[in-house]
This record gives sequence, C-alpha cells and structure tokens, in this order.
Amino acid sequence: MAVAVSPLGSFGVVLECRSDSKFVLGLKPFMTEVSSGVRVGQAGSPAVRLTRTPHRPRSAGFPYDTTMDAAIPSAPSNAPAPRAAQQSLVVSSLAKILPPSSILYRGEDTAPYECDALTAYRQLPLVVVIPESEAQVAAVLAACHALNVPVVARGAGTGLSGGALPHAMGVSLSLAKFNSIVKVDPVARTAVVQCGVRNLAISEAAAPYGLYYAPDPSSQIACTIGGNVAENSGGVHCLKYGLTLHNVLRVRGFTAQGEAVEFGSEAPDSAGLDLLPLVVGSEGMLAVIMEVTVRLLPRPALARCIMASFATVESAGAAVAAVIAAGIIPAGLELMDKRMTAAAEDYVHAGYDLDAAAILLCESDGTPAEVDEEIERAIDVLNANGATRIEISRDERQRLQFWSGRKNAFPASGRMSPDYMCMDSTIPRKRLAEMLRTIGEMEGKYALRCVNVFHAGDGNLHPLILFDANDPDEMRRCELFGADILETSIRLGGTVTGEHGVGVEKLNSMCVQFSPAERAQMMAVKSAFDPAGLLNPGKVIPSLQRCAEYGKMHVHRGVLKFPDLPRF
Amino acid sequence: MNVGAALQRLRDRVLVARDSKTALEIRGGCTKRFYGNVPRGEPLDVCELAGITSYEPTELVVTVLAGTKLQELESELAERGQCLPFEPPHFGAAGTVGGMVAAGLAGPARACVGPLRDFVLGVTMLNGMGERLTFGGQVMKNVAGYDVSRLIAGSMGILGVICEVSLKVMPIFPACRTFYVEMDETAALKQLNRWAGESFPMNASAWHRGQLYLRLAGAKASVGRALEGRALEGTGARELEPQAAAAWWSDIRDHRHEFFSLSDAQLERGECSWRLAVPDSAPPLALPGEQFIEWGGGQRWWRSAAPALQIRSAAERAGGHATLVRAADKRPGVFTALKAASMNIHRRLKQSFDPAGIFNPGRLYPEL
Repeated sequence: MAVAVSPLGSFGVVLECRSDSKFVLGLKPFMTEVSSGVRVGQAGSPAVRLTRTPHRPRSAGFPYDTTMDAAIPSAPSNAPAPRAAQQSLVVSSLAKILPPSSILYRGEDTAPYECDALTAYRQLPLVVVIPESEAQVAAVLAACHALNVPVVARGAGTGLSGGALPHAMGVSLSLAKFNSIVKVDPVARTAVVQCGVRNLAISEAAAPYGLYYAPDPSSQIACTIGGNVAENSGGVHCLKYGLTLHNVLRVRGFTAQGEAVEFGSEAPDSAGLDLLPLVVGSEGMLAVIMEVTVRLLPRPALARCIMASFATVESAGAAVAAVIAAGIIPAGLELMDKRMTAAAEDYVHAGYDLDAAAILLCESDGTPAEVDEEIERAIDVLNANGATRIEISRDERQRLQFWSGRKNAFPASGRMSPDYMCMDSTIPRKRLAEMLRTIGEMEGKYALRCVNVFHAGDGNLHPLILFDANDPDEMRRCELFGADILETSIRLGGTVTGEHGVGVEKLNSMCVQFSPAERAQMMAVKSAFDPAGLLNPGKVIPSLQRCAEYGKMHVHRGVLKFPDLPRF
Repeated sequence: MNVGAALQRLRDRVLVARDSKTALEIRGGCTKRFYGNVPRGEPLDVCELAGITSYEPTELVVTVLAGTKLQELESELAERGQCLPFEPPHFGAAGTVGGMVAAGLAGPARACVGPLRDFVLGVTMLNGMGERLTFGGQVMKNVAGYDVSRLIAGSMGILGVICEVSLKVMPIFPACRTFYVEMDETAALKQLNRWAGESFPMNASAWHRGQLYLRLAGAKASVGRALEGRALEGTGARELEPQAAAAWWSDIRDHRHEFFSLSDAQLERGECSWRLAVPDSAPPLALPGEQFIEWGGGQRWWRSAAPALQIRSAAERAGGHATLVRAADKRPGVFTALKAASMNIHRRLKQSFDPAGIFNPGRLYPEL
C-alpha cells in the first residue's frame, strides 16, 4: 500500500493515504449481539476490538508508521520533533489540567481510539484525553493551541467516513463523559443535552411528555448528539422531519483556542450571520460542541406503513417520483432491490415479497384521520405506477416488522460477504432508475456484487459493494467501483455524501465536486473559526496537491468538473 | 437574455470595485432598503439575472436566478400546486428572489414550517475576488463540505453577490382555515405553546389587541375536524372567510397591517418599530407601547418610543434579541451587538469572502 506524505495548509504536513489504498470494511466484524436481537456496530470500544476478525491484515488500513510521524513538525517554527519527545511535552502540559487517569498515551491504551466505524483507516493518536468538566475541555484546548497541537474531538465513534480518525501528532478529545440530559422543557418543546448524550436517549427522556427528537440515524442507540451535530446526521424520517440542522436550535462550546462560543438560539433566530448551519455538519473542524438544545416534536398519534412490490426497479423509481409529485410527503419512503430484500428477509423474516424486483416502504404518520387520508392517496399513486402487490401494516407490531429488514440492511449484507463498502451519495429522484441500471452495469465492469438500499424519498443512496478485503484485487476493484458511483452521482446532478460526511473517506471525491476556488473558500471559512488550523485538520477539504494528484489519475475518464464549463 | 454575459458584467464591476475599493450596494427590487443599517455604495443591480433556470415539481426543487421577481416565482409554483412554505414577505411587487435570500426574512408560517435557510439547497455567488462559487446543490440531503449556501441566507449581502439559488419547495396544503377568538396575552401564549406540543395542524398565529388569530393547514381530514374537542371549541371562536383570511395573513407578512405603519410624524416623535425574537415560551414582556405577536410567541413586534437599551435588555432577559426595524434614527444600532468571540469569527468570515470590503459595507454591522 502506498502512503504518501505531502504538504497541507497551515499545518505543515499531514498524512495522505493514496486513493488506491482506500476502502471501507463492513461492520460485520464489529457486530455485537444484544438481547433484543438488534445488531449494532460499536467500533472503537475496547470490547468490540476483541471481536475483530483475526485474519484482518493490518496493512489493509491506515497503519501507524513512526517514520511518517517523525516527519511531522510540531510547529511550523520548530524543528521536527520526534514523536516521543512531542508526546512527553504534550502529556506534561496536559498533566497540569487533568488527573493522570484522564490522560492515555501508551499504545495499548490509545489503540481503542485508532479508528471510528470506518475501520479501514487507523491511526494511533499521540495522546487521548477524557475530561470530565467543561473547564478541563477549555484548558485542554488552550494548552494544545499554545503548543500548536491538533485536536480531534470524538463522540461514540460510530461515524462512517473517518471524521474521528486520530491525528498522528494530535490529541484525541473524548467527550464520552458529557452524557447528562440538562433539561427537558415540555412547554418550550426543547431539550438541553450535553454532547455525549445518545441520540435515542433524548427521545426516551422526552417520551413522558409525548415528545420526541426526530432525526433517527440507524446507529441511534449508540451515536451521540455531538457527533450528530458534527455530521448533520439524517435517518429514515428526514424526508418529512429534516436533518439534524433542522432540529437543532442552539449549540454551545469552545473555539480552537478554548474560548466560549454559542451558535443559534432558543429564539427563532440570532443576531448576525447565521453560523449554526456552518457549525452543524462541520465534522469537528470549526468548534468543539459541549451542549446542544434540540427541538422536540409531538409524537404522532399513529404511523402506518405501506409495503409495495414492483416488477422492475424502473417502475419503483418512477413511483417514488409520482408520490412526491402528487403532493404527498411521506414520513419515510425507502427502496430496496431484490438482492437486498432477499438478504434482509433471510436475516429478519419480515415477510418481504421475494419475487419483486424492488419493494418500497412508504410510511404515513399523524392523526388517524390524516394517516387514513394520506395512505389512501399514496395507494392510488402506487397502483397507478405499476405496484404488483400492496400490503398495509395492520398494527404497530407489523409496521415495525416491515421496517426491521430495512433497519437491519447493513448487518444483513454483512452475512453475504466478508466485507462491504457503504456508499452515501444523493441524486435527484428522477434519476433513481437510471442510477440503479448504471450500478447494475458496474457490477459487471468491476466483477463485484452490489446490493441497493435507498432513502428513495430524498434520493439518498446506500449501495453496498460486497468484496473480500483479503483479496487485494477485489479491494482495488471495490474502490474503483465506489469512486465510479460517486462521480456518476455528481454527473447526475447530485452530491458525494448525503448524510455520512466527507471525513477522510471522500476527500478525493470533493476534488471532483468542487472547484479549486470553492475549496479555497471553504478552507478560508475553516480559518475564520480556527486560524491556526488545529481542529481536526486534514478532513473534509482536500488540499490542492491532493486534488492535483487525483486529477492526474482520473482526468482521462472525463468526469472532472471543468472550471470553464458554463453552469447557468 | 444572455445569462453568461450578464454575469460577466457583474464580475467586471466587482473586480473594478475591488481594485478601487469602492463600496457596492447590491440591489434587486429595492423593496427592503428600510431593513438593516442605512445602505451605502454604488448600486450594483442584479435584476438582469432573471428567470427560472429549472423547475421540476417531482424533485421539489426550483433553481432560479437572483433577479427573478418573487411574485413571478410564486405564481409559477402555484400553477403546479407548490409554494415556498415559509411565506417570504414581498414588501412590494418588485421584490426579488436574491433579496429574499439575502434578507432571510420569513412570514407567518415560519414557526411551524422552519426558517428560509432550511429551504435553501444551493447558492451560486460571486465573492469579493469576482470568483463564481457554487455551494450546496439541488438535492435535499447534502453534507459535502461546509454548508456555505445557508450561511448566505440572511447575510444581508455582505459576503457576496447572490447570482442563483436552488430552493426546496413544498406542496400547498390540501386544506387551510383561519379562526379568531378573544384571548388575553398570557392565556394566548400558554395556549399557543400547548398546541405546538400536540398533533394539531397549526400553521400560523397572530395576537393583537386581545384577539388571537390561528391558521390551520394540513390534510383535509385533520383541518376539517381541528376544533373538535379542542380548547377553542365552545369559546366563541369564529372562522374568517377564505378570502378575508388570505388578505389578513398577507397584510401581516408584508407589513400592510396598520400596526406596522408609522407615519413620518410618529417617527419624528421617536416612535420606532422593533422586532423581538424570543423563545416562544417566554412570558409577556413588560414594555411601553403596543405589541403584535406572531410565530406562536417567538416573534414579538413592538411599536414603542422606549430607549433602545430598555427594549434590548428585555429581549436579552427573555433569551432573545431585538432588531430596530423602522426608526427615524438608527444610531442605536439596528442589530443586537455580538459577543467578542462571535464578532471575531464574523470579521474573519467577511475578510475571507470580501477582502476589499466592497459588498454592502455596514449594512449588517458597522464594522463589517
């Protein structure tokens, strides 16, 4: 595997992993069975590491390499510091702020933090800190700023794009101890929670008041609200209820220098520029979020789900567009192709139609009268668009059964193949059928299987490419397959990531989606918040050098965005 | 119209202004010049950039050039049964889409459907270096890079020239009804908070002089039976005829309601129009003057001659902020002052988008 070291921005150098060594391992090795039968990936926790498949080659990921670390200067003005010297300098500085039990730096202690749920990329951090108070977090940030040391904030480590991948010469800031629900206010319909509170715990705390927190990423029993804010997480219900941004009112935290700062407001808006949408989805690069005020919604009195079968994926895609065109915004509108349906059925026995080329799950929620009205309208549209079989959930048990296969799509795929790579692009709804056809052709081109599960209502695709990470050529083909899907998505008028974030995984694709001037402007936005470039450096916005290298590799495929192409 | 040529002319103007450090006042229909600090600079007119670039109802997305008249866009959407659900104010027939996004204002439905920025999916703009930049896109879910397009929403034109925007649109609700009932302020605020926490198809609210107005919108079934078993039943609540209701809400949206009109004489006497944005559960604010409450209690307009400091501290105590909307003298500052850490970020953002400081200088804050 080739790993290159190249200059980047204000921080001297960072590691760059060449695209041909990039791939994603499936969650399968990290599944832990819980009593309810739901399987959850919990990469990054020590218990989970024990379940790691022993044959996994270390070289498959992003290995720790002392020679590369040593090449990184601690500060532009200093001579390159050997890692050990830098580590002892940072540890001694942090020891003035934190008790010894909150500072980890020996390899065996920091190893659990070497990756998030994108396990292909691994990097031991220089130091891990686990502060308990906001004052400690502010002091850690100020100390790191004074030493010019990068800081990577970390929640539950469930991210799928490597956003929490440690920096070789940086401090990983674990916010796990900030897990208190500060306040649930049923009159204002808000909850104030610390960053380390789990997504589902918010809805659980709000339930006694008939309220809930709407965004529901599939990792919601493990992922934290701080991580949701960093990634602007979605879920199956965001077609109707929006992403994290639409459900967060205010965040409070610290700048890279450790200065207290607040974005948004519990009022409808705040004075000045609206910085909240920049901070939400900034993948930990603009500020460290300590506390979040979320909007709570009244729990709908009723939800019912339609399961519709289609003879072709094209007709299923057309039905999705027709539902929206009819003025219906379902609470969820999901598509699974035949292979995915079979895998999910085999895994959870949801009663799916195994003869259908694709099935749609279309959910309606609200008052019983609203649900009846919407279900009736939706069925008319689905029938008019060639549905071959329609079933409506009779009760809550059956509704959850319909969803069980969809919610377990990833672990179900994990049973079909040693590894899989999960893509996350978004395209206009009308191109769904075309995209599915193209992915089918790519299966032949790259000689790999791909199963498809889509948030069809908002055009967000999660094709899962099945491969074996122990076969270097399969790995290489899988990666080309993935890049091909992302670049096809851009060409169809979409984007390379709908809800999982760029992290390190999609840095190359950012070169294709954005022009150099657009990337430079984004880099300048980062500098406005973090002039020294110390918060999670090297993520999200690729360097010019990286894009130049990627462009050389890919220009022959004619998919680069030409800056002189008229876009009006 | 040749969009490329119009864009090139704008770009040339920007580059000349950058080199000569000439302030530019970015203009669309000039319907919102009253809003914000007093505009200054040479006019930079974007009206030439007009037209709907693409509109696909099944995608719920419209892409439109900045100089397009808001009225024209809304009637195009209405023909396909869709709308901009946040009800942007027009303040006149000339109002443009670019101005709507730059001002970031929303109308009566805001509290129930979300702010303008939630409906901005993408922006193409010129920055202060004359570079044409596109952020966001035409799809609902997009987390590639920082969400700069939503930063532009409500930025008062200080970061760049908005050239084109992609907006999320929504179907017009199948049913809509307006009711009004007598209720005092305290009771009305409590009732509005309670409704917001229930599955109740509330879409807009307004309270003025002891009357609470309520607009319900949604599925026919839920709006039709909305009052059954609700707090309004048996209180003497009456329904407004659809035409009268439409006029009532658009008069509020566009500040044609008499509450919002201040005569020159009133302005001269020091009377001002203030907008207070506070958490909707904040108790009644004790201020001198007259009040008009919208957004379930979250937006409280005051006509008052009280000193700016008194108004601003009342807003701050309630957890919000106050904007001086209409006044003879805007020297007390239009927008609430920012804390130092936030202002530092604002300054550096302005510097990064517009290093020569040419776009709408001072319109948001004197130092930007």
